[in-house]
Amino acid sequence: MAKYLMLKHYRGAPAAVNNVMMDQWTQDEISAHIQYMNDFADRLKEAGEFVDAQALAPEGTWVQYGGEGRPPVTDGPFAETKDLIAGWMVIDVDSYDRALELAGELSAAPGAGGRPIHEWLELRPFMGEAHTITE
Amino acid sequence: MDEALLRSLAPSVLAILVRRGADFAAAEDAVQDALVEAVRAWPADPPRDAKAWLVTVAWRRFLDATRSESARRRREETVDHEPEPGPTPDVDDTMQLYFLCAHPALTPSSAVALTLRAVGGLTTRQIAEAYLVPEATMTQRISRAKRTVAEVRLDQPGDVATVLRVLYLVFNEGYSGDVDLAAEAVRITRQVAAAIDHPEASGLLALMLLHHARCPARTAADGSLVPLAEQDRGRWDTESIAEGVEILQTALARDRLGEFQAQAAIAALHADAQRADETDWVQIVEWYDELVRLTGSPVVRLNRAVAVGESDGPRAGLAALAEVDPSLPRHAAVAAYLHERDGDPVRAAGLYAEAAQRATNLAERDHLMRQAARLNAR
Repeated sequence: MAKYLMLKHYRGAPAAVNNVMMDQWTQDEISAHIQYMNDFADRLKEAGEFVDAQALAPEGTWVQYGGEGRPPVTDGPFAETKDLIAGWMVIDVDSYDRALELAGELSAAPGAGGRPIHEWLELRPFMGEAHTITE
Repeated sequence: MDEALLRSLAPSVLAILVRRGADFAAAEDAVQDALVEAVRAWPADPPRDAKAWLVTVAWRRFLDATRSESARRRREETVDHEPEPGPTPDVDDTMQLYFLCAHPALTPSSAVALTLRAVGGLTTRQIAEAYLVPEATMTQRISRAKRTVAEVRLDQPGDVATVLRVLYLVFNEGYSGDVDLAAEAVRITRQVAAAIDHPEASGLLALMLLHHARCPARTAADGSLVPLAEQDRGRWDTESIAEGVEILQTALARDRLGEFQAQAAIAALHADAQRADETDWVQIVEWYDELVRLTGSPVVRLNRAVAVGESDGPRAGLAALAEVDPSLPRHAAVAAYLHERDGDPVRAAGLYAEAAQRATNLAERDHLMRQAARLNAR
């Protein structure tokens, strides 16, 4: 009973095995990829392990406190920022091993040539609640 | 309306439906429907006999569902043989349901969900909210769990230890949402301890009561954790402590020690101390020795090192800690505490910071970070 974030990067993750940009895929390959992702989410829901899935638009704005009585300072986007998050899935599973297994499965989504992308996903545990009995 | 009372009727109502021949999964759905209907209808129109009302409504729901499922022949047989509302089934019938909900074929999270719904009487939505997952996810988890146990025969005795482990999980690892899972765990464990004559069931109930008693003192107004030694013991619930101690003493007198009784004994010794420095650490270490013997758990060895540090001094505690697996999440926190007691605040501060990095929950991380900051400010 622990929640994990499976984080997908546009940029910043080590290179995938099948590292061909999506705009170079065939339309059928794109459809197959999307179908795989949807099926994966459906299986998680059916298994009672799904919490959340979101995709993020690539453009972001950097925002900072501008000081007393001033509007927030904005900047960016910074093209050189090396890490760019594409989206995530949150799962609620019984063990770390199960989380690893699911992340591996998600990373097998097909890309160019219908072959698995072997994309690197970042798996991060959520902070849980403090246990009642600790002594 | 007393929802706790309503929930407490769930297992016996379910047992009646199952005994009338309804299969567990369908009966469980019907009871859930009846509970939801009761919450809606009772405030305006309270029944004279709550349980009889639930049995009638649940049975009707069960028949409706069976009908709509084209199982026509089966329905006719069921209706033909519909028994009169019988006497309350004996406790063993109900106990079988607890065994089923905690069946070893289920994963811990499925067993927890099924237990809370089928014998805890909570709604799927309440369970989903308590564990911070979407309701649809919890619905699936529960129906999968029901499919997993569908083939289990209800006439075979179960293992009470599995039931108790599930309830321990509910008590110990609940989020603090609208539903007080710790209170629900106490309530269900109370029912189990009443239904089955087993010293470990009593031991677990005592353990929960003794820890639940400290709830009002466990967190400060700002939500931060207050460690046991610094808690305002005047805010402990003395009634809960007295009940826990009495249940524990009765259980221990039967001379069938188990891990929950031993854990409860440690909690009772803490409860005995008016002030933290009056704690009988020597006896606590003895109970930890029993626990190590009973469970061999590395977490128990870690907690034992703390107790040894209090009874025989920090050097002895550090020696005990040296025998414990250093990869345990709270290892660095214990080391920090013992090194500070040993007069090495610099090392302790570093270890507290390391422990904060390795904390698995926010309250503990913040507490450990404050300890590091306190020592670094010296």
